[in-house]
Formats: sequence, C-alpha cells, structure tokens
Amino acid sequence: MIERFVAWFLSFGLKLLTGAHGRWSGCAPVPVQRVYCVNHTSHLDFLLLWTALPGRMRRLTRPVAAADYWNAGPIRRYVINRVFHGVLVDRSGKSANPLEPVFDALAEGQSLIFFPEGTRGPGEGLLPFKSGIYHVARHAPNVDVVPVWIDNSYRVMPKGMFFPIPLLCSMTFGVPLRLLEQEDKDPFLTRLRSAMLELQPPQ
Amino acid sequence: MNVPREALLILAGLGVALLIASAVGFGLHRRAGDGPRRGTIDNLNARIRAWWVMIGISGGVLLAGNGAIVTLFGFLSFLAFREFITQTPVRRADHTALFVSFFLALPVQYLLVGVQWYGLFAIFIPVYAFLTIPILSAVFADAQRFLQRTAETQWGLMICVYCLSHVPALLTLRIPGYQGRGALLVVFLILIVQASDVLQYIWGKLAGKHKIAPAVSPSKTVEGFVGGIASATLLGASLWQITPFTPLGAAAMALLITLVGFLGGLVMSAIKRDRGIKDWGHLLEGHGGMLDRLDSVCFSAPIFFHVTRYYFSI
Repeated sequence: MIERFVAWFLSFGLKLLTGAHGRWSGCAPVPVQRVYCVNHTSHLDFLLLWTALPGRMRRLTRPVAAADYWNAGPIRRYVINRVFHGVLVDRSGKSANPLEPVFDALAEGQSLIFFPEGTRGPGEGLLPFKSGIYHVARHAPNVDVVPVWIDNSYRVMPKGMFFPIPLLCSMTFGVPLRLLEQEDKDPFLTRLRSAMLELQPPQ
Repeated sequence: MNVPREALLILAGLGVALLIASAVGFGLHRRAGDGPRRGTIDNLNARIRAWWVMIGISGGVLLAGNGAIVTLFGFLSFLAFREFITQTPVRRADHTALFVSFFLALPVQYLLVGVQWYGLFAIFIPVYAFLTIPILSAVFADAQRFLQRTAETQWGLMICVYCLSHVPALLTLRIPGYQGRGALLVVFLILIVQASDVLQYIWGKLAGKHKIAPAVSPSKTVEGFVGGIASATLLGASLWQITPFTPLGAAAMALLITLVGFLGGLVMSAIKRDRGIKDWGHLLEGHGGMLDRLDSVCFSAPIFFHVTRYYFSI
C-alpha cells in the first residue's frame, strides 16, 4: 500500500519536472508482454519510462537494473525492490547466469525495461550494446522487443549531479522487432541499435 | 468569498461562448467529413476542448480568491519556463544556476507578489537573479559560449517568470474607488489578450490573404491582425464597467494590450523558428505548449501593469 503511494508520488514528481510525454509512434500503449529497449543516460530513465506508461501497463512492467548500484544503501534497495519490483542483474561476472532473474520474469509474463548499453552513456548517441538483450531475445523469441528513445533526460540530472532541474522529456516508442530465425548476435544488435537511433528527434 | 459579481457574469458569458463554439465545431466536423479541411477542423475542436479546461480552471481559481490567483500564475510560470529552457542548449555547468532559477527565484518572485512588496518584486529578478545567474555559471568554470548561455537563462527568467508575475501583481494596485476588485483587472487583461489571439485566429482563417510576417510567423495575416485587434479593442471598450477606466480609456488600454501582445507573439515565434520548432510543447491539445498560449500575456502584462499603476494607482 505504502509502496504504491511512493511509486505514485515519485512518478507524479517526475511528471511535474519533465512532462514525461510518451509518443507511441510505432506501437500502441496496450498491456501485452514486451521488452522495452531504452537508451540510458540518467538514473531517472526507468522511472521516466514507467511514468509514460498508462496505469494498467505499469503494474506489468519491471525495470532490469544493476544489482551493484541499486543494492548499495537502504533507500535504493527499498525503491528498486519494494516499490518498482526491479529485476536485479549481477554485473560482476561472478554469477553463472546473470540473466536468470530476467528469464524468470519473462516466464511470469511480465514486461521489462531493458538498457542494452548496460550502463549510462554521455547523452548523445549510444554506447556499444552488451550481449544481454540478444540472449533475452533468443530466450523469448515470441516477445516483442520495442525500441524506445528517451530524449533530454541527461540534461535533467547529468552524471554527478544530485538534484534534477525541470526540462521536458519525451519518450518515443518505435515499431516492435523480434529476433529472426538464424539471426546472429551482431546483426540483431545492429538492427536494434539503428531502430533506436532512428527515434531520436531531429536536432 | 468576496468575488466580484461581474467576474461570475463574465464566466457565465464565456461558458455560453464556448457552448456556441463547441456547437459550431461539431457542425463543421459533421460537414467536413473526411474532406481536405479535416485537419484544420480537428485542430479547432481540440482547441475548443482545451478552452473548456482552461476556463474551468480559471473560474475555479477566481472563486478561490487572490492567493489562488498568485499560486496559479506561479505554476504557469514554472510550466512556461520549463518549456523555454528545454529549447536552450544548457550545459552541465548551468545546472546550479537553473536549479536556483526554478526553485528559488521563481517561488520568491511570486511570494513577493503575494505579500505585495512592490519595491522588491519590481527589481528582484532584474537585479538579484540577473547577477546571480552568471556568477553561478562562472563558478562552475565553463567558459564555452558563456554569454549566450547566461543570456538565455536570464531571458527565460525575465519573460516566463518576471513578466508573467505582473498578472497577479495587478492585485497589489491601490486604485481609488476600485478596492477589492483587483481580480477584475486580471480578468480584463487575460480576457482581452486571449480574445485577441482567438479573434486574430478566426479573422485569419475566414479572411486571411496577405501574410504579415512571413519570415517569422507564416500563419499570421494582415486581415487577422487588423480584424482581431479591432474586435478585441471593441470588446475591451464594452467591458469598461469592470475596469477603473472610462469607456474610451478601456478601449485604449485594450488596444495597447493587444498590440503589445501581438508583437510579443511575433518575438516568441522568431525564437521558435530559429530553434526549428512549431510549438513550445504539447501540454494543451491543439494549442501546443503553455508558452504558446501565454506568449502574448508575457509581453502585455508588465506594460498594462505599469501604465495602470502610473495613471490610476495612488
């Protein structure tokens, strides 16, 4: 109960700051299982995307987040686990299959917010993708992979700053894609990457 | 609450005008079908729907009293300033200056208006915020395009916060024989500016042929300008009873407000055009952003405030 209020409160605050405007140009805002692949420039990104989703889709959508960052400290731990039911992945390389929790969430029918770069980029363009998203698509070939571009969020709270400023952010949802039969890792990652870059608003 | 009776009458009148507009919009929608004018008419109906919301909120705030009016314009300033800053290439070193502008300068300006401290709200942003912003940006040691960055933040603060705060500042004027009716000056200003925008739009759509400023704002026409300004001035004259002015004075004030408002719209269009955008945002369906609706108010509010203060206030 309290967690739902905290989620609503954070989401409302972010809407006040950024508008969190969703542009559904390639698919409709309907509650079907999807993996949203998003460019990553700010800690606010998953919350922004979550805020742009209609209420009935929010309950179904969980962020995939780095265990090392989000498990450091009681507040982060509370927010990611109890409030947003994040799927935490281990980036240390010690785990036998770090994507195991992701596969479990997919098996339960949940949608995911996934950052294929694996870390925060500088704000323009995309960093090289990690292979994680390919394994996810291979594991669940019947789930739509939706490319998403978040615009402006790195200016709301740049790396190293601890408080946000109000600026309009928009999220553009592109045409869903799926792993083709026999498609290898590199062609798939290239395809996803250019699908995401195409959603960038013209500067 | 001691809401002036005239304010309620005007709200009722706006309700009737909107009912007529909605009926006309519905009729046009039926007649146009899937024809070539479909886009324009859908946009018209979206604008009318947004007007219902805007007038509903304005009415509620008017009934709630002066504190609510100050708060509403503080919030509108926030939305407008946010849209403005989104279009400027702010850098990491401006982060603190912007944070201070949004969360200190803006609330303090409206607080000063709220407590009616004219001596400070008239200079707070032009003096204190004006000097603080470049200091904060310089402290963070980023010299690249320094003057441009600083000027953009200062300009946004002046237009979106300082200028707009002169609308609720009308409540602070002490006009002999006009006590307790300050809210009606706010109604007069907003009504005339917005009516002028709407009438320019209508005249332009019905009779517009010659573009007035093709390089800056391709949708503005000479016919829209003349028809809109003239009819808004007549409207202002007809509302003289809610103002401290004579009928002729009210007409002159309305003419002044609408002319400055038109020119303000032109200035803001030039900025949008330079940035390659059509609208400041997408907050109001059919209208664009908050700043698209308030650009003319931002320019006319301080002029109206000071002319009224000079001639009528004690």
